[in-house]
Amino acid sequence: MKSTREKVPVIDTDIHNNLPSPESLHPYLSERWRKHQAMIGGRGHAGSNYPRGMPHAARHDAWPPSGLSPGADLAFMQEQLLDAWDFEYGVLNPLMGGSGLNLEYVAAIARAINDWQVEEWTTPEPRLKASIVVPYEDGELAAEEIHRRGEDPNFVQALLIARTDEPLGRRKYWKMYEAATQYDLPIGIHFGGTGAGPITGAGAPSYYIEDHGGMPQAFQTQVISLVCEGVFERFPTLKFVLIEGGFAWFPPLMWRLDQSWKKLKEEVPDLKKLPSEYMKEHFWLSSQPVEEPPKREYFDLLLEQLNARERLMFATDYPHWDFDAPDRAFPTSLAPDVKRRIMADNARELYKL
Amino acid sequence: MGMENEKLSFVTAGLPVIDCDLHNRIPPLEMLYPYLPDYWCDHCEESGFFGPDANDYPEGAPTSTRPEIMEPSEDRPQSDLALLREHALDPWGIEYGVLTCAYRVQSVHNEDLAAALASAVNDWQIEHWLDPEPRLRGSLIVPSQNPELAAKEIERLGDHPGFVQVMLPVRSQAPYGNRRYHPIYTAAGRHDLVIGIHYGGAPGLPPTSVGWPSTYLEEYVGMSQVFQAQVLSLVSEGVFDLFPSLRVALIEAGFTWMPSLMWRFDKEWRGLRHLTPWVKRLPSAYIREHMRMTLQPIDGPPTAEQLLQIIGQLDSDDFLMFSTDYPHWHFDSPEEAFPAKLPTSLACKILSENAREFYRL
Repeated sequence: MKSTREKVPVIDTDIHNNLPSPESLHPYLSERWRKHQAMIGGRGHAGSNYPRGMPHAARHDAWPPSGLSPGADLAFMQEQLLDAWDFEYGVLNPLMGGSGLNLEYVAAIARAINDWQVEEWTTPEPRLKASIVVPYEDGELAAEEIHRRGEDPNFVQALLIARTDEPLGRRKYWKMYEAATQYDLPIGIHFGGTGAGPITGAGAPSYYIEDHGGMPQAFQTQVISLVCEGVFERFPTLKFVLIEGGFAWFPPLMWRLDQSWKKLKEEVPDLKKLPSEYMKEHFWLSSQPVEEPPKREYFDLLLEQLNARERLMFATDYPHWDFDAPDRAFPTSLAPDVKRRIMADNARELYKL
Repeated sequence: MGMENEKLSFVTAGLPVIDCDLHNRIPPLEMLYPYLPDYWCDHCEESGFFGPDANDYPEGAPTSTRPEIMEPSEDRPQSDLALLREHALDPWGIEYGVLTCAYRVQSVHNEDLAAALASAVNDWQIEHWLDPEPRLRGSLIVPSQNPELAAKEIERLGDHPGFVQVMLPVRSQAPYGNRRYHPIYTAAGRHDLVIGIHYGGAPGLPPTSVGWPSTYLEEYVGMSQVFQAQVLSLVSEGVFDLFPSLRVALIEAGFTWMPSLMWRFDKEWRGLRHLTPWVKRLPSAYIREHMRMTLQPIDGPPTAEQLLQIIGQLDSDDFLMFSTDYPHWHFDSPEEAFPAKLPTSLACKILSENAREFYRL
């Protein structure tokens, strides 16, 4: 079997690049914000600590020999990830800079991170494409950054973090969506964040397994909100990528939303069709972390219910501890055409690579 | 609009039926005055306080009230209990019905008042529902925001044969695995009561992990995420090893999301169990052993065949318990209320046997 296996192209839709140090942004920040960074720094919704069991939530072998932190050393990322697995492309999702209490500062940091990504990542390594970090808690500031980078081929999407201050369908975010549609840029919603309140609708849990295992709750809320607020009627070409949120919850949410909408649709007259129709049309999902049912046939059924052939995109989540390797990510053997689409074609089409 | 007996017997084929989610209407505050100490009656009167508020069930929403209740009718029975008999107990031939009174004392931040209101509503339930109707069983309302006071209420009425569970609204100030709730579980265990975690609640915190949604539809659909948080919490905090006889019913939660949660949770546990070493088994094993879910609302896929698939993915015939969720409107015909194509043995389990065992009926 092994000798006849076809080589399938791979695009990794979730790679995390990191700053070598906070000072790495200095060349990209004005004097005012350099001073602010030194004096105050980023202030967020503190008080939501869930220690993650390993520094930087990283694979133990992802610490570069250079002494930099995981994801901060391009040469080592090339060696350990891009070359080792022969990736066609990789999408960078820097997990920093998009949120905070001082929105002007957040906007300055987001600009700096984007400039740093072009200079130090996508220019020296053309296999890498970047996500536009945006100050997403302010729709207008986020739109400004999208306008600044929307036509730049180094970038393939705008990036938000799943636990926002408010559900993403609310009006304060609409300017950002308007800008994204102008450039036909998908919006990636990535695992993480603390939001403005407890990280669940039942208050603050105690452990990292609840934080990490509970992240689909935030993703589900965002999908519900975006659909019910009529965002896709207002922005019919808007596309979202749900990154590292899992995907097994997606079909049951379609069913639940449809059932409930049938009874309550008078409350949301902007919706012109079944909620699941919007979900099928406007959302893509990254694969990692893959839910693993106890039986293979459950997983096969899930892929079918999800329309995985068209909507699932492979991701490693490098350099994090729950890394998925391309040859071992799925608990079932995918049909060859489905595999090609999930491993690369879907991402190539969506991101126009 | 009343359901016809013939159709119903076609669905259940004369099988025993236990309904695990019947709502008795929330009483206006004046109805509780006979059960409240004078001090609190005066306090409420002076304050113009109308009782706990919650957004759980807007009265005009179709999900809250079946159309036959909304329609005015001259020969309609006057009392709520008579309505419940006519619309639910009699046509379904219900052997036992578990009342889930959605009285949200958790929204009252004066904990002594919350406790007094809980005691009053429980005494009211005994007099107006449990005593006159032997088919009914009740859920104890407790001021769960103060577990010591909640435990006192459980001790006060836990031996009353009419009460079979303690009701906790799924929305809470802290997830129910948190050790602050241990007094509730100790008391419930002493009286062999189920913990019923039920749709809704008003703890004063947002109902999602990302703040307040705009519409009721979002809150309603999103309640299943709050249940997910509670399941993660109860298992991750090791509650079921500390209280091995604890039984938790997830009521009005939907259930089709549960397989996906178990798959993810089991995988998380494999990677992260060193951080919660007291969780000794796969999370799904605790869930299947200690938890049950009620049937309605069925947040099901479009076809009956797909519904059978997802029920199969629960990997347990013991897990679902029948409910109509009366008077909330989820189905029109009885055929819609129950997945009729189930194998008879599983149908029997869901219709009554699972609940009989779980609630010791």
